[in-house]
Amino acid sequence: MEFCAHARAIAKREWSAYFHSPVAYVFIVIFLALAGFFTFSVGGFYEAGQADLRGFFFWHPWLYLILVPAVAMRLWAEERRQGTLEMLFTSAVTPAQAIAGKMAAAWGFLALALALTFPVPLTAAWLGQPDWGVVLAGYLSSLLLAGAYLALGMFTSALTRNQVVSFVLAVVGGLFLLLAGFQPVTELLARWAPAWVVDGVAAFGFMPHVEAMQRGVLDLRDVLYFGSATGFLLFLTQLVLANRTGR
Amino acid sequence: MIKVEHLVKKFGLRTAVDDVSFEVGKGTVLGVLGPNGAGKTTTIRMIAGYLPPTAGTVSVNGIDVGTDPVAAQKQIGYMPENTPLYDEMTVAGFLGFLAELRGFAGQERDRRVDAILEKCMLAKVRHQTIDTLSKGYRRRTSLAQALLHDPAVLLLDEPTEGLDPNQKQVVREMIHAMAQDKIILLSTHVLEEVEALCSRAVIISEGRLKADSAPADLKKRSASYNALTVELLAPRAEALQAFGRIPDVERVEFVAGDDRKQVLRLVPRDKQSLSVGAVETAARHKWMVTEMRSDPGRLDEVFRQITTTADVGRQSA
Repeated sequence: MEFCAHARAIAKREWSAYFHSPVAYVFIVIFLALAGFFTFSVGGFYEAGQADLRGFFFWHPWLYLILVPAVAMRLWAEERRQGTLEMLFTSAVTPAQAIAGKMAAAWGFLALALALTFPVPLTAAWLGQPDWGVVLAGYLSSLLLAGAYLALGMFTSALTRNQVVSFVLAVVGGLFLLLAGFQPVTELLARWAPAWVVDGVAAFGFMPHVEAMQRGVLDLRDVLYFGSATGFLLFLTQLVLANRTGR
Repeated sequence: MIKVEHLVKKFGLRTAVDDVSFEVGKGTVLGVLGPNGAGKTTTIRMIAGYLPPTAGTVSVNGIDVGTDPVAAQKQIGYMPENTPLYDEMTVAGFLGFLAELRGFAGQERDRRVDAILEKCMLAKVRHQTIDTLSKGYRRRTSLAQALLHDPAVLLLDEPTEGLDPNQKQVVREMIHAMAQDKIILLSTHVLEEVEALCSRAVIISEGRLKADSAPADLKKRSASYNALTVELLAPRAEALQAFGRIPDVERVEFVAGDDRKQVLRLVPRDKQSLSVGAVETAARHKWMVTEMRSDPGRLDEVFRQITTTADVGRQSA
């Protein structure tokens, strides 16, 4: 009960913090502009002659790679820099409650941005007859992917009081997860790591799960994968916050 | 009751707080004194449940802060150093947020916020965003945040730092008004504040507790304690000689005077009271005493004495 009340209060504050700064508006405009540009201009939405959103979802991992860290970077780094972390964690709030609240606000915000891409499926519906189940599955998977990136950004934000450092670490970490199964990366690892490490890292990558997502296939294993990746990164965040050293 | 037992905090190799123990009961305003970097803030942060101690325990009204920080924090109102606040929020919005964290919702939350805005004289700026506030208003907003839930324990880390004399007075009056039914612990390096507000003072230096007593008792450690200044009508040379013969007087200093009136300062050998001896001596010589006052001792002198000897001890160790 108290957990929910605290998490909700923090989520409410974070949500309004997004809209009290240019972050929210800049993010939404850039996200929509890039999503539209890649889908229609680069992805060849019209030329494909198919009423599906594959060309739309294809770009999401790359958009999120840059944009989600921008949303996540201030979550803890700013609290540290301003010193408000101290006030928060002396007001009978636990790290888990604060993480839940911030995660809810930031994820909700990403969901809002994603929801604002509704003209894309509407265009597809106007031009042809898309499979709405596939469209819905695509959106759900995209949201899960955003959540995993967000948890990563949350973790890197908790590590530092500098937002830029947090951003860069999150982008690099995200890129690694995105490319983990990619040949140059596995080859680099294979030079010195044993085979099981290489396979382990490759299995941990986003890409196989992302590819399923691009087809609009919502597999329970992919859902579990993103769920556990998100949960694990949030758990790491919690460890970092619980072992604070005052700064 | 705040109970601090053998508290230690190490940051890497540096020991910030080194075996500090004290207890504070209800109705006490405890001043925590010490030079910058002495470990005051670290100690307060451990009591507030923000930093985990390296060793030792803190309990607040019987609740161990280490094992159940959340339960302990419900008893505590904490005003951190440098007043960290969410700059983009309005004063009322900020206090509403903190009230929700303190477990108030709906009308009760609004009522609490209104009451605290009134109490801390913030009503005028309630709709202003925090980054537009002056230092004084920021301090008061931070104090308001600490008082929202009417806590039994109040921890104030340098509550009047950077305020002008009028603002300082306002904050002091507020602290004074709450002193009776709370435990208040405030850190400061303004010594006049300790004399004006605190019923007890501890001095921390180099992470160690160096003194723990009432400010008046602390002042007695001052070298000038009980030095007696006497103004009288008497010939200078004779007066110097006569007062110098009083057994407890170590030396007599000439402060000012002319051929009729002298101002002398009698320094005691061992901080004894000299007034009886001085009056007797004057009476014997039929000198008219126009004024006499004994020095209550000076806190800044004691502070310097305690904190600088600590530094010397540290270096030789």
